[in-house]
Amino acid sequence: MQDSGLSILFMGSNFLRLLQGLWVTLQLSLISVAVSLPLGIAFGMFMTLKHPAARIISRLILDFVRIMPQLVLLFILYFGVAHAFGWNLSAYASAVAMLVIWGTAEMGDLVRGALISIPRHQYESAAALGMTGRQTFLEVILPQTVQRLLPPAINLVTRMIKTTSIVVLIGIVEVLKTGQQIIDANRLQFPSAALWIYGVIFFLYFLVCWPVSLLAKRLERRMN
Amino acid sequence: MKKTGILRKTATAALMAAAVTMAMAGCGSSAKGSTGVTGSSTADSTGVTGSSTADSTGDAGSSTAGSAATDQTQTASTFRSLDEIKSSGKIVIGVFSDKAPFGYVDDKGNYQGYDVYFANRIGKDLGVKVEFVPVDPASRVEYVATGKADLMLANFTVTDERAQKVDFALPYMKVALGVVSPDTAPVKSVDDLKGKTLIIAKGTTAETYFTKNYPDIRLDKYDQYADAYNALLDGRGDAFSTDNTEVLAWALQNPGYTVGITSLGDEDTIAPAVAKGNKTLLDWVNTEIQTLGTEKFFHADYDATLKSFYGDAADPDSLVVEGGKVE
Repeated sequence: MQDSGLSILFMGSNFLRLLQGLWVTLQLSLISVAVSLPLGIAFGMFMTLKHPAARIISRLILDFVRIMPQLVLLFILYFGVAHAFGWNLSAYASAVAMLVIWGTAEMGDLVRGALISIPRHQYESAAALGMTGRQTFLEVILPQTVQRLLPPAINLVTRMIKTTSIVVLIGIVEVLKTGQQIIDANRLQFPSAALWIYGVIFFLYFLVCWPVSLLAKRLERRMN
Repeated sequence: MKKTGILRKTATAALMAAAVTMAMAGCGSSAKGSTGVTGSSTADSTGVTGSSTADSTGDAGSSTAGSAATDQTQTASTFRSLDEIKSSGKIVIGVFSDKAPFGYVDDKGNYQGYDVYFANRIGKDLGVKVEFVPVDPASRVEYVATGKADLMLANFTVTDERAQKVDFALPYMKVALGVVSPDTAPVKSVDDLKGKTLIIAKGTTAETYFTKNYPDIRLDKYDQYADAYNALLDGRGDAFSTDNTEVLAWALQNPGYTVGITSLGDEDTIAPAVAKGNKTLLDWVNTEIQTLGTEKFFHADYDATLKSFYGDAADPDSLVVEGGKVE
């Protein structure tokens, strides 16, 4: 078995540790997605406001998050904030905050895009039928928006799951870091460990993201 | 070092991050005047680097698990004094989790290695539990400077640059740089590196040394050790340089690779680090190292953790420092 790096998986509690790591990844993703989606919807609606102040604010927030690499944002939240204000956010809190800030901005832009893509005549037709503004939004605009929003939103969810991997750099031991620890501890006996372990991690990420995109497909089909 | 520089600059940007957070938090409820207040406090705190501003204490301690620190102590410092550590019953120690044989995690999920062996002894002598934080080379200074780790025991080489940001205790090991390369194209001197690519891990002494002394050599930089080694194995670079202890151990176990340069640059020492100004903890660690020297603790540590890695390739006395005295 000297050559088979896969046997490392079954040494000690390695596989269990990888699964525990995966659970950390999942937890981070679930919390961040659950918070980002509603916040993002609210932010997206805010972005469509015509008021100049609202436009400037939303533009600033969006550009700030867009320009800033997620890793830099993470370091600012974890180390920068501690330097500047003395707020010691835990690694976990910083990671969630980073994902939420980024996820909200991205989701907001998707919602904005979906909202303004609804043609003007939809509003006008609704008005012609005597619907109130509230009715127009809830019964005409919203269903069409959701339909357009679904594919990019699901895409964002899988991107968020994958982005959780950068939290290893502030010491959170999730699936990737666990994998690296296993690779390193066995590097000497099993030089090919990297290939196998990264392969397994790839498969684990796939296991998480695949159901999400399956769900998206089903939802889309149902809507059409 | 570079990373910290960037962080300093982005301290101003942190204001914006905070503003974003607030704006988002305030999204549902109507916006409060609080963003303005934050703005003014940042202006002060960026000028006075390091020391935390008084008005932020309210939000501070909440996330530091287990710290029963009062607002007053939080205002004074971001680090925890010896008494605070003792009363919390736990010391947070930064170690590597992917750098065998100094700090790594075994297949049962336990931390092991030369640094970890020492860390466990510190915990025992202090009478507190040890909580390990896994760190990466480039973030070690920040962990200590921001108080996210009380003590850093991550193969931390003492440099003047780092000493400006953290306080080093007495050394417990000494190293120089080494360069490992494949047998087929061995790198035996720095001249051999001309026109080749050298792999290094970000934030290590190797990065500083080559950037300063040999700016012509092309460097391929990686955030994590695991990635740097994989890069060498994959042939993405011609050689890899980091501490000689590390490359010696690695080359011994990886047939086909040799350490062509075993000692490069100045001989450096490796020492524990604490936050700047954390005198109580620093003094305790120094006394501890001196006391441990009388029982040859670090030789025992070497035998328990490093010997199986180096075999006859290294002499313990050329690596281990007892009682903080470098001969």
